[in-house]
Amino acid sequence: MNIHEYQARELFQKFGVPTAKGNVASSPEEVEAVAKSIGAPKLVVKSQIHAGGRGKGRFANGFQGGVHVCGSPAEAGEIAWKMLGQPLITHQTGPEGRVVNKVLVVEAIEIEKELYFAIVLDRASSAPMIIASTEGGMDIETVAASTPERILREPIHPTLGLQPYQTRKLAKQLGLTSAQLPAAGKLFTAIYKLFIACDCSLLEVNPLVVTKAGEVMPLDAKFNFDDNALFRHPEIVAMRDVLEEDPREVAASRFNLNYIGLDGNIACLVNGAGLAMATMDIIKFYGGDPANFLDVGGGASKEQVAAAFKIILGDKKVKGILVNIFGGIMQCDIIAAGILAAVQETALGIPLVVRLEGSNVELGKKMIRESGLAVISADTLADAAQKIVAAVEAA
Amino acid sequence: MAILVTPQTRVLVQGITGSFGATHTRLSLAYGTHVVAGVTPGKGGQRFEDKAPIFDTVTEAVRQTGATVSVIFVPPPFAADAILEGVDAGLDLVVAITEGVPVNDMVKVKAAMQGGKTRLIGPNCPGLVTPGEGEKSHGGCRIGIAPGYIHKRGGVGVVSRSGTLTYEAVWQLTSRGYGQSTCVGIGGDPVNGTSHLDVLKMFNDDPETEAVILIGEIGGDAEEKAAEWAAEHCKKPIAAFIAGATAPPGRRMGHAGAIVSGGKGTAAGKIEALKKAGIAVAETPADMADTLIKRMKS
Repeated sequence: MNIHEYQARELFQKFGVPTAKGNVASSPEEVEAVAKSIGAPKLVVKSQIHAGGRGKGRFANGFQGGVHVCGSPAEAGEIAWKMLGQPLITHQTGPEGRVVNKVLVVEAIEIEKELYFAIVLDRASSAPMIIASTEGGMDIETVAASTPERILREPIHPTLGLQPYQTRKLAKQLGLTSAQLPAAGKLFTAIYKLFIACDCSLLEVNPLVVTKAGEVMPLDAKFNFDDNALFRHPEIVAMRDVLEEDPREVAASRFNLNYIGLDGNIACLVNGAGLAMATMDIIKFYGGDPANFLDVGGGASKEQVAAAFKIILGDKKVKGILVNIFGGIMQCDIIAAGILAAVQETALGIPLVVRLEGSNVELGKKMIRESGLAVISADTLADAAQKIVAAVEAA
Repeated sequence: MAILVTPQTRVLVQGITGSFGATHTRLSLAYGTHVVAGVTPGKGGQRFEDKAPIFDTVTEAVRQTGATVSVIFVPPPFAADAILEGVDAGLDLVVAITEGVPVNDMVKVKAAMQGGKTRLIGPNCPGLVTPGEGEKSHGGCRIGIAPGYIHKRGGVGVVSRSGTLTYEAVWQLTSRGYGQSTCVGIGGDPVNGTSHLDVLKMFNDDPETEAVILIGEIGGDAEEKAAEWAAEHCKKPIAAFIAGATAPPGRRMGHAGAIVSGGKGTAAGKIEALKKAGIAVAETPADMADTLIKRMKS
């Protein structure tokens, strides 16, 4: 799950991490009021959408840039008037863009230096790790690739947590002054506490800035939360903005389906994440192009299969469907009944290949054969993939 | 010999009275597995369908039934506690089937287990099966949720992060007349108890295991580590498959651990590492067994 920049600011404030003066607003009048209350000579108005590349983005109404610096509350209001309610198109949003419903208004910070600071869950050590760099404000992967020596890694003990000496070590390696050590230590510790307390899987501060006044503070942050831990964080779930998510993925999650839309034209419906990925791979191997990843879970129910068909068919690019279910302990006849019901209910007009394996497989195949519906039965994974690719090509 | 569990292994079930735990306990009993106890706090003294006594704590269950292995079906918020209870009771092996355990919980559990005698498999895994000698491999040790009948007793070890993809490999082997020594699902989470490498080492030391199928997926570097070790130490034929070659970067593919990020954990990188180690890599998931058989005969 992702959150907006203004929500990240709220979390920072709750954990005592310094932030630039400002507030979120949803109308030009509010923006002006917030700008007045900040009382700074220079202000920044920032569009609030989840996608990156906002600064270089373009609005559907032609207005350039999702982030603007301005000199007065009146000007801030005018800029907000051009942003609010408009779709902002960036390299991450796709051509339709994302509607800006809120903007963040903050004082413009005079920057001395930009740093990078992140905490991630490191799989190799099974513990959190700090990744930091003097090269802030840039894409960290580019820094890691071109100048790996400028990436600092500080492992955190899984039960002891971040120690004060580690914060001093990092601060010095990041080129902060002796006088800045206490504030930096407090800041790093607060970010670590936030990372743990909110069950983050990634907390990236880029850039972390040193201001002309010598203060150290985050200017922008990206949070990823561990979906498995959301059950104990209702306050974070409340920050979810479903308007920012793919509506098909939102619909799928309601039925406990795991759906990810892709660009191809062969939809797949599979049980189990590993087999679902492998099914996409084999479609590609035989010259097709998968339209989605869809895992109906280890034990798919009739209702889930029906819901999955509706979500798949909501994608107009889809020209064929491959169902691959390794039932195992589930009865294939029950799954077959679910598929046939879904085919009838949706009045399916595109090729459908079904590969079933598991108990009562013969009965399941017989039901499909005798249904009179245009369903192609396949015996093995390779057979299924070849059949759907051929059927889509022929159509 | 098989690895980790044999048909004689005495198993207890944590969360035996929940619907998921009960269903799979019934299937394991029907397969011929020695499920000797269940644990559900508050239900001590009752019996599971007249087949096994239920205890309030794992320690009591171990003391009274001699169970050495536990399988966990408790809901995610209680899974970490259940694992640590199994560790405290001195079990040899704890298998956590539970899907959706918070990563932070696993970070702490793993740290707490360091240096102890208990091995953890999972969480978010299908469990493991050592097939039996009977019809449709009946009489084996089935721990978790895999369908028992797809197995056949034999000499191929299978290790995988994914459930249904493991069944696919096992079924391909069985359909071609090749049996398995033990099939281990290590789970799809980023922090888990047992790695590909751990299992590969056990297969290498097991005289009954003649060859290995290793199934991986995008994310992390567990497959690369296993490959590096195998190049030096493993003389047995190995075939591998990596799922997720077509997965777009930055998207989590179902499993919490299956994600390509920062150019790391790609299928291409893993396949290259495996091939470099002399491991035969199946081009498609339909060729896993055939790729191994070809390697065994070469």
